[in-house]
This record gives sequence, C-alpha cells and structure tokens, in this order.
Amino acid sequence: MSLDKNDVRRVAFLARIRVEEDDLQPVAEDLNNIIAWVEQLSEVDTDGVQPLTSVEAMAMPKREDKVTDGGDPDRVLGNAPDRVGDFYAVPKVVD
Amino acid sequence: MSYIVQGDTGDWEVVIGLEVHAQVASKAKLFSGSPTAFGAEPNSQVSLVDAAMPGMLPVINAYCVEQAVKTGLGLNAQINKISVFERKNYFYADLPQGYQISQYLHPVVGEGIVTVDLADGTTRDIGIERLHMEQDAGKSMHDQDPKRSMIDLNRAGVCLMEIVTKPDIRSPEEAGAFVRKLRSILRYLGTCDGNMEQGSMRADVNVSVRKVGETEYRTRAEIKNVNSVRFIMQAIEIEAERQIEVHESGGEVVQETRLMDPNKGETRSMRAKEFAHDYRYFPDPDLLPLELTDDFIEGIRATLPELPDAKKQRFMDDMGLSAKDATTLVADRESAEYFEAVAAKHDAKKAANWVTNDLFGALNKAGLTIAESPISADHMAKLLTLMDDGTISGKIAKDVFEIMWETSDDPEKIVEDKGLKQITDTGAIEAAVDEIIAANPGQADEVRGGNDKAIGWFVGQVMKATQGKANPQQVNQLLRDKLKG
Repeated sequence: MSLDKNDVRRVAFLARIRVEEDDLQPVAEDLNNIIAWVEQLSEVDTDGVQPLTSVEAMAMPKREDKVTDGGDPDRVLGNAPDRVGDFYAVPKVVD
Repeated sequence: MSYIVQGDTGDWEVVIGLEVHAQVASKAKLFSGSPTAFGAEPNSQVSLVDAAMPGMLPVINAYCVEQAVKTGLGLNAQINKISVFERKNYFYADLPQGYQISQYLHPVVGEGIVTVDLADGTTRDIGIERLHMEQDAGKSMHDQDPKRSMIDLNRAGVCLMEIVTKPDIRSPEEAGAFVRKLRSILRYLGTCDGNMEQGSMRADVNVSVRKVGETEYRTRAEIKNVNSVRFIMQAIEIEAERQIEVHESGGEVVQETRLMDPNKGETRSMRAKEFAHDYRYFPDPDLLPLELTDDFIEGIRATLPELPDAKKQRFMDDMGLSAKDATTLVADRESAEYFEAVAAKHDAKKAANWVTNDLFGALNKAGLTIAESPISADHMAKLLTLMDDGTISGKIAKDVFEIMWETSDDPEKIVEDKGLKQITDTGAIEAAVDEIIAANPGQADEVRGGNDKAIGWFVGQVMKATQGKANPQQVNQLLRDKLKG
C-alpha cells in the first residue's frame, strides 16, 4: 500500500487537519515509510489465529439501566467557548 | 398489487429499502448513566461521556443489549453471538466525539423476516438485512440566531437500533405497511415506544426505479430522516417520479442523500460535501467485543410475548374471526388486549363487531387511542352481557353505547337509570300491538291480504310505541299470530 499526494490531501481533509500544498509530498513519504514498517507484520503467518481484542481475556463490563448522571448543564457547558442559555452556541452550521 | 409508474418510455417499478432508527426504551443512555426522557431542558441530560470530555470511557448499558436481542428475535432474525462496536468518523457540531459508536461489519442481529399485511388482505414477506446498535447524535437548531447554531446534547448517546431491510419493498403502500408492522412489533416487545412524533422512530428511505422486467438495480438515492408513515409513502412517490424523469430525459440518477420537503412536495439534494460518506470505520478500542451466550439469548426468547402474527392466527383459528377483523385487532397491543378482555366472556365475533365497528369507529372519529377510550373493556363486556341475557335489545344497546361514550358510566347503571330494560311481559307488548292494529285498520287489511312487508311497518310502530324496549322477535310473532293466525 502506498499513498500519493491526493490521498494525503483527502485524509487530511477528512481529519480536518490543514496540510499546506508544499507539505503534501513530504507527508506522503513519511506516511509511506510508516505503512511499510507496519506492513512487515503481514510477513507473520496468522492463519487460524483469532484477532486479539484485549490483552486480558475478559468479557465487556456492563452497566445497569439506571440514571446516575446528568442534571448539571453548567458542568457540561463549563468549557464551552460560547453559550446561549443552556445551549452550546457554535458558528452556524449549514448543510 | 404491483405498483407501476407509467413513464413516456414504458412502465417503471420502484425498488425501496428502509433504514429505520428506533430508540430503545431505556432509562439511561447506551454508554452513560444520563437519562433519555423526551422534552427535558437543554443539556440537562448529558454526562461528561456524552459530551466527549477527554478520558471519559463508555460502559455499555446491559438493558439496551437485551432490547436489541429481543427485537432481533421478534423479527425472526439471526442473533450474532459476537458483535463489534466500531467508530463511524465524521465531524458535525452535534457529535462531540467526532465519531458515532455504531456497529458495522459485525452487527448484533443478522437476517430476519417481517410479514406485512396489505390493504387487499394479502401479506408479503420483507427481508431484514440486519439490526445494529448505535448512539444517537445531539440536536442542532439553526433558526435561533443569524450567526450561530444552538446545540443540545440531550439526545447524544441515546441507544438507537438501526433496522435495515433488504431492497424488497415495491410500493409506497408496502413501505407504509412495513413501518406500521415494525412499529407494532416493537410496541408488543416493549423495546421501543414507536412514537414517530417524538422522534423515537424515524426512517431513511432508499429509492431506485427500473423498467419492469429489468433484473439489475439502478442507482438509488437516500431520503434522510423521514418521520411519519405518510411522509415515507409520499417521499417514495415523489422520488420515484423524479428519478423516472431523470432517466427518461437521458440524465443519470446520482447516488446521494436527499431531504424531503413535505410542504413543497419535493425531495432535494443535501449537496453533501465531497467525501462525506467516507466514514473510515474501525473497531472502537474503548469497547470489547459484545459476546452473548446461548443461555442469555434463550432466556430472552422465553420472555417474548405473543406477537401480532401469532395473535392474528389464533384469533382466526380459535375464535373464528375474519382476517380483516383479526388484522385490525392485533395492530396494536392495547387493542388486542381490550378485545380479549371483552371476548373472554362473550361470543368472539360479536365482541369483534362491537370493538372494531362501534368502538374503533367512535375512537377514530374523536381522534382518540384505545388507551384513551371513555368506555372500559369491563363496561363493554357488561354491555354485551346485557344483550346476551335479553335485558336490552341490540337496538337499545347502540343507544346505551352512545351514553357510555359520553359519560363513561357502567351500562347496567345506565339501563337502570333510564329505564331501558326490554319489556318481556307479553301482556304489555300485546296491549301495544292491539292498540296499533286497532288504530290502523287499512294496513292491517293489507297484511291479512298477504302483504308480508306491511308487517315490518307494524313492528316499527310497536317498537316506537314502546320506546324500543319491546323484543322485536316477540312483536313480530304476536303480529303474525294476530293478523294471519
């Protein structure tokens, strides 16, 4: 697998990270090096090996259906740069 | 009943698939302990997990898992013993995490079947592709301020079941019937309240068209977030017309997301940004795979209530109801329970008649649900008893029903207070009959001359004279004895 400039532009856009036009090529090369390094893993024969989902064999912890939280809009909005009443106010989002 | 749209170049059929989002009726959210109630003050039902504060970790609500499995069983679907939560990545102001926790490659429920009832009395099987659990997003309001959008995260993190059909639906009617049937099943199961007005259930509608006889699917468009059965049916009609026009004028239908505008009667493109559908799913590292045991699944299966299809069959087989009455009665759980309470002590067909015609008629007219009925099942059963034991005639029963509707009173009390008891005293009826015959010698002669129809007129007169309290059969018999005997 290998990325070109256009792939990087697209991935950067999807991640909302600004990458200047001049930086696209160097970033592509960096990423390709990383991918090549990780791809060495595919040399290992993993036939019949289940994907590892946790380092410890445990079942997913679950909670009861009980209300234990909420009711504190000031805490939730504490870091909001802008608010109107108990709403977050954000720059207008238009579809 | 096939739904064919005639175009300029021939006949077209419509291919429809639905993605229904049903909110799980849980007290707390899918991954946090904040509440899910509708209509709360903004951001009052938000935990730091829902607001995606750094370091907050999701812990799954066991009840939500049970409801998803229960729903899967109710849809006759395969339950997957291992399923995986993945992150669906996109940016939007009401999605604080920057991703929605959803299920993608490994949903908790696989293929199933829903049988829908159509208006002509036939049924059709609609395939279910999958059901998966996911988080709802928050709510944005764009019309409060010229420069800012307001964000309320109360819904953020609420557990939704996304139920996806196969592209098996072929008409607006089938789509409407499917959504109604699905809602009915969810309500029987109690896993979702099915309340479309409050957004507990809403649908994305995938529509494509093709020439009759074609076997391949053409490109589809998706109409997002349609929130009533009527709008779903309308959206399909409008979108099918639009696509046929595009195809016939040599254009190409674009795979895109569209919005329905019920006021203008059109769908329009959301002009989704480029790459908008590149969600880069990957397994959520904060959550282990969801593993279910056979015991867990069978334990839930054992709690399933009798579902509408089974109930309908029983109403037809054991109680002798028509398919039409049975379908009407099982459509929602409360109606079925009401009917069963009435039918427990009475002839089922008679009970079905009174419930589906008189009661449902009055409820529809008044815009009430069965739960809001002024006449309780107990009182309805008593009314039938009063008829069965001859205390009142069928005709008087209709009048008593009207009074019950107005007052919610016990029919026994109404009959007593208003003196509506049927006159069974032959002497009293005979006196009334004699009086009428004496007062109408002309008509009496007609009957004697062989005009049986005139007897009906006499019966009417006697009933009128007794304020409907005489037994019509008895009156008829007396008249025949006296005039023809």
